[in-house]
Amino acid sequence: MVKQKFPVPVITEHLQVPRVQPDAMAETKPFVAKAEFQEALGFPGELVDNWQSVALDKMSELLGKYRALPVFLDACVKCGACTDKCHYYLGTGDPKNMPVARQDLMRNVYRRYFTFAGRYFPKLVGAQDLTESVLEDWYRYYHQCSECRRCSVYCPFGIDTAEITMAGREILASVGLGQKYANEIIGKVHKIGNNLGLPEPALADTLTGLEEEVEEDIGIQVRFPLDEAGADVLLVTPSADFFAEPHVDGLIGYAKVFHQAGIRWTLSSYASEAANFGIFIGNYDQMQKVAERIRQAALDLGVRRIVIGECGHAWRVAYSYWNTLIGPFDFLDTNYPAPQHVCELTYDLIQRGALTLDPSANDEKIVTFHDSCNVSRGSRMGSMPGGQFTLPREIIQSVCNQFVDMAPETTHEQTFCCGGGGGLLTDDLLELRVKGALPRVTALKQVVDNHGVTHMAAICAICKSQFSKVLPTYGFDMDMIVSVHQLVGDALVFNSAH
Amino acid sequence: MLTAIFAIGLYLAVLVLVVGTAFRLVHYVRIPVPLVIPTTPAPITRTGVVARLFREVVFFESLFKGSKWTWLFGWIFHFAMLIALLEHLRYISEPVWWWIVAIQWIGLYAGIAMCLGLVGLAVRRIVVDRIRYISAPSDHLMLLLLLGIAASGVGMKVLWHTDIVALKAFVIGLIRFDWQPLPADPVLLIHLSLVIVLMLIFPFSKLLHAPGVFFSPTRNMVDTPRERRHVSGWGERTSRRKVMSQEPKSRG
Repeated sequence: MVKQKFPVPVITEHLQVPRVQPDAMAETKPFVAKAEFQEALGFPGELVDNWQSVALDKMSELLGKYRALPVFLDACVKCGACTDKCHYYLGTGDPKNMPVARQDLMRNVYRRYFTFAGRYFPKLVGAQDLTESVLEDWYRYYHQCSECRRCSVYCPFGIDTAEITMAGREILASVGLGQKYANEIIGKVHKIGNNLGLPEPALADTLTGLEEEVEEDIGIQVRFPLDEAGADVLLVTPSADFFAEPHVDGLIGYAKVFHQAGIRWTLSSYASEAANFGIFIGNYDQMQKVAERIRQAALDLGVRRIVIGECGHAWRVAYSYWNTLIGPFDFLDTNYPAPQHVCELTYDLIQRGALTLDPSANDEKIVTFHDSCNVSRGSRMGSMPGGQFTLPREIIQSVCNQFVDMAPETTHEQTFCCGGGGGLLTDDLLELRVKGALPRVTALKQVVDNHGVTHMAAICAICKSQFSKVLPTYGFDMDMIVSVHQLVGDALVFNSAH
Repeated sequence: MLTAIFAIGLYLAVLVLVVGTAFRLVHYVRIPVPLVIPTTPAPITRTGVVARLFREVVFFESLFKGSKWTWLFGWIFHFAMLIALLEHLRYISEPVWWWIVAIQWIGLYAGIAMCLGLVGLAVRRIVVDRIRYISAPSDHLMLLLLLGIAASGVGMKVLWHTDIVALKAFVIGLIRFDWQPLPADPVLLIHLSLVIVLMLIFPFSKLLHAPGVFFSPTRNMVDTPRERRHVSGWGERTSRRKVMSQEPKSRG
C-alpha cells in the first residue's frame, strides 16, 4: 500500500452510494495556468479585472454557438437519475460532483442573467449571481469532471454534463483562469508536436531503441519508421506510447501487427501526438489547430491511410470531430476514406487471417477489459453501433484464452471512467483521481476475487497512466493494467522466414 | 365578471404557452450544432434516431436505466396525464369524437394515477438526500401545482361535481368567441386557475423539457461523422484552410 495524505476509500463488495457530504472536495483544485501558457493560447494571463462581464459575455456567446448548451440548461427537471452515476460523486460524496449539481453551478447563473424566471424570481428557481465564490466553485468542480459522459446515458433528456464542463472551462480560460496541466500540454503540442514535449531527435532515438529491444526479444527486425514519405499508413498515437509503461508495449504491439501484415507505415515527428486536449478545455479553435497538424503530416508524407493508436479522447476527436474540423479526407485511399482505430485495423487483419496468433502465449493471464469512456460513449468502431465494445473484446479473445467481463453496469456504455480523464491526469488532483477510481476498482476487485483476473486491458493512454498510479493505492499491482496491443503483440507468432 | 376573468385568463395562457414555446423552439433551431455529439452507441440511420426518440418519449428509456423508482412514478404520472388530457378533449369536440367517448371511463383512474405518481415523485424529492440537495423551491412547487390540478380534477369527479354541460358550453363559447357563463363552483375555479398558471409558466421553466428532448443533440444526431462530413453554422466559417495558413509547415 502506498501511503497517501488522504484516506483511500475502502472497497466494499458492492458499490455504495455515499450520503451527501457538502464540501467534501472543496479543497481540491488543480493549479492555475501561468500567464505565459495562458497567453500562448490567446487567453488572458491572469484573472481580468472585469471578469464578471467577460464571463457573462463569453457565456452569452457560447449559448449562441452550441445548441446543446441552452437546451441542456433549460431541460433539466432535477429528476435525480444522474445523481448516483458520476464516479467522482461515488468516490467523494461531494454533492457538487453529482452531474446535475455540477450543471447547476452554471444553470443557476444562466437563469439569473439569461432567463425571465431567474431575472425576476431568482430565489424561487435557485438562480444565483455570478459572484467570486461561484467562480471559485466553477474552477473547482469543472475540474472534478472528467467529461466521461456517463451521466448522459441515464438522463431522460440526454443532458451531457461534459458539454457544460467544457463550456465552464472555456469561460474560465477566457477570464484568465486556465488550468495549468491542460494548457501547458496544448502549448507543447503547438511548439513541438506532442504532449510530452519530445523533440524529433529524442523521438528518433526512442524508436531506434525500441527496434533494438524488439529484435533482442524476438529475434526479428521490426521497424518503427519515422517521417517516411510514401508509407501507406500514418500512425498517430498518444506520445505516452513512446516510453511510458505499459503504453510502450502497446506501441510495440502495433509495430508487430504492421510488420506481420506487411503494411508500410510511419510515425510523424510533426504530428507525434494523437491526444487533443483542445476537447478537454472546450475550445474549438485549439482543438482544430491541434488536429490540423495531423492532416498536414498526412498530406506531407503522402500516406493513404490514417490510423489512431490506443487513446480514448483522441479517438473521440478523430472519429466524431476530425471530418468536421480538418476534413474532408478526400486524399486518402477510397477503401479507407476516414481515420481508423488501430483496433479496427487489427480486427480486420484477424478476420482476414492475415495474422498468425498463438493465444497460449498469454495463458498466464486472466484478462478483463476496461471500456474507456470516450471510446464507449463518444465514438464507434467498425460498421455497427456498439462496435467499440465488440471489436476490442474480440481482439482480446483472439489473443487470450482467458477473458472475463466485469459487471454489466460497469462496462460498455455504462463503463466508469478510470478517474483521470478529461485533463485531470495531474498530480495536483491525485486525491480526486484515487477516489474517482473507486467504482472501477470495485468492479475490478469482484472479478479478481471471483474469477482470478490478473490483468485489465485498456485502449487509452490516460486510463493506463491513471491505473498504473492508482491501482497500488488500492492494493493492486500496478502492472495489472496492460495495452490491448501488448496482448496482441505477445501472441503474434513470427517465424524466421518473415 | 367571473366568466370574463377566466375567459381572458385562458386566452392569455394559451397565447403565452403557444407563442412562448414556439419562440423558444425557433431559438433552439437557429443555434448551430457544430460538432457530432450523440451519446454512443447511437443509431447510424435517421430511422434509427426516430426510433431512439420514440423509445425515449414513450418509454423513458434512459430514465429506466437510470432510476427505477423515478421511472415508475414519472412514467405513471406522464401517461396518466396524457390520458387525462385526451379525456378532456370532450370539452372541445362537438359532437364528441367516438374514441374520446370510449376512454371516458378511464379518466377517473388516470386522475388518481397522476396523483399517485406525483406523490411518489414528491416524496422522493424530499426523502432522498441527493435529490433534496438539487431541488429549488420551484421544483417542489411545480409538483404541488400539478398535484393541485390532478386532485381538484379527481375531486370534481367523485365529490364536488360541477355542471359539465355548462362548462362545455363555456369552453365551446371560448373557441367560437361567443362567451357563455362559467359555472361558479369553487373547485372548478381552483382547477382552472392552476391550469392557467401551468400554461403561463411552461415556456419559462423546466417544463420546457417536453419539447427539449427532441432538440437534444446527444439523442437526435445520427452517428455517422466519418461517413458524412458534418458542417453547421459558424463551424463552416472557421474554415480549416485559414487555420492552416497560420501553421508552420511540417518537416515530414
